[in-house]
Amino acid sequence: MGLYDKIFKPKEYTLANGKKIEEKASRAPLVLLILLFASILSIKVTGFNLSTLAKRGNQFWVILGKMFPPDPEYIPSIWGPLFDTIKMSIIGSLVGALVAIPVAMLSSSNIIKNKVVIVGVRLLFSVARTLPTLVTALIATFIFGLGTTAGSVSIAIFTFAYVGKLLYEQIETVDMGSFEAMEAMGCTKIRAFIESVLPQVLPGYLSNSLYCFEGNVRYAAILGYVGAGGIGLILNSEIGWRNYSRVGMILIILFITVVIIEYLSFWLREKLS
Amino acid sequence: MKKEKKTKPSPWKPGMTIQEMYEARPRMWMAVTAIIVIMAFLIAWSGTAFTGMDGTEVDGWAVAKSIIRGIFHPSASLLFNLTTEGVPYLLLETLCIAFLGTLVGAVLAIPFAFLGATNVVPKPIALVFRTIVMAIRTIPAFVYGLMFIRVTGPGPFAGLLTMSVCSIGMISKMFIESIEDLDGRILESLDASGCTTFQKIRYGIVPQISADFASTLIYRFDMNLRDTTVLGLVGAGGIGAPLVFAMNCYKWDQAGAILVGLIILILIIEWFSNKLRNRLARGI
Repeated sequence: MGLYDKIFKPKEYTLANGKKIEEKASRAPLVLLILLFASILSIKVTGFNLSTLAKRGNQFWVILGKMFPPDPEYIPSIWGPLFDTIKMSIIGSLVGALVAIPVAMLSSSNIIKNKVVIVGVRLLFSVARTLPTLVTALIATFIFGLGTTAGSVSIAIFTFAYVGKLLYEQIETVDMGSFEAMEAMGCTKIRAFIESVLPQVLPGYLSNSLYCFEGNVRYAAILGYVGAGGIGLILNSEIGWRNYSRVGMILIILFITVVIIEYLSFWLREKLS
Repeated sequence: MKKEKKTKPSPWKPGMTIQEMYEARPRMWMAVTAIIVIMAFLIAWSGTAFTGMDGTEVDGWAVAKSIIRGIFHPSASLLFNLTTEGVPYLLLETLCIAFLGTLVGAVLAIPFAFLGATNVVPKPIALVFRTIVMAIRTIPAFVYGLMFIRVTGPGPFAGLLTMSVCSIGMISKMFIESIEDLDGRILESLDASGCTTFQKIRYGIVPQISADFASTLIYRFDMNLRDTTVLGLVGAGGIGAPLVFAMNCYKWDQAGAILVGLIILILIIEWFSNKLRNRLARGI
């Protein structure tokens, strides 16, 4: 930003006591220019077209309108996939969150002193977090076949990366006194970690895991699209058949489930804090 | 709204030894057993989702090996191809969808945010709008994608519309929080000095919320970039479609090239977004 200040000279004021202060020129024009340029480029690349939207936009509402009234006779066939979705998110979150503990310990700079290990494990977390859930699910379907296993694995990977990152950041801020005391008394690193560090980070860890679980229910609903089981499977096929009243019913049931789970998890997290 | 936490009185009495104090430690065996039972039940119930290798005719580990080999040997011709089929252009398209999607999403989210803030409208109305936002958020992205394809035809335009609708939920939730944090005393003092409504908005509201809003949008852009890959699967533009094609044809070197490009782009953007948001939080 030094260059910017050289081009647009800061205003100088002299205060009553003779001191000179500078007011730097506003950055707003530069930011606006960059945003404008990015918008124009994006409009060109994506083919954004308001007139198409105005002409055909009502199609969206037509489809939405066809979802009402939802088809209540379809409810019995929703339960199976819905429970699959919930199961996938529970087992995926559990496995991911449990695996995250030892790995997060390996990447905390206050417990492990080896720089190479720390950087390597953190890179693993970053890459795992970067991969979109749907892509990992797709890869998992090639390895484990179509079905809920693939979905559970991809949710576990995402949870592992998300919870792991927050956990090692938390471990690095704990009070190391008791850990050092236990090591001095002859405990192994793992024993000292379990007895002294874990109790300190446990509430935060549980709260993060619950929050992640909450989001995973939404993600799990998408995974069916690549054949990884759950409610996305029937959602996709019913859209394909244009049975919009059934789609409406699925979405309503999904909405109710998500609301219930969110309130439950919110209530539990309140209790934890 | 925070309630005082009820804490049990400490068992400590004058003259207790450490041993006695240790014996009198709080024991929560009821809670612990309950948690263990619930967890065991949940694991047993949800464990059925692990059905093992179901329905593959190919050996899973062979596929896993070739995927890993593909990622470490990405197809260089695809990775450095500057035409519209190459990875750089696809990444640019993904970036553009995410960027414009965030902007349009922000514009759509602002009315929801003001109508959902309890210090702007009465509580029942705010609750109604919050429920609407939650309903918008629940519908999975690919459902919107498939709906918008019926509107605009397949292509990045459909992806952009999907991304903007998907962004409404989170953006308006964060906007509501910053609007509810507004300091009303500043508006009162501007009122007292005779400012017009426009001046009140310009000098009283905008400076208070602009940093928060910008930070939210940058974060959402970061998230949208990941979610945009979903859209390609339904044919709504971006890098997802070529990725799926490559995988379905077992061309793992091409899939590897796309994944490597995607991972690098997302890591760069994440680093950039963290840096910008840190600066915004500190007030530049």
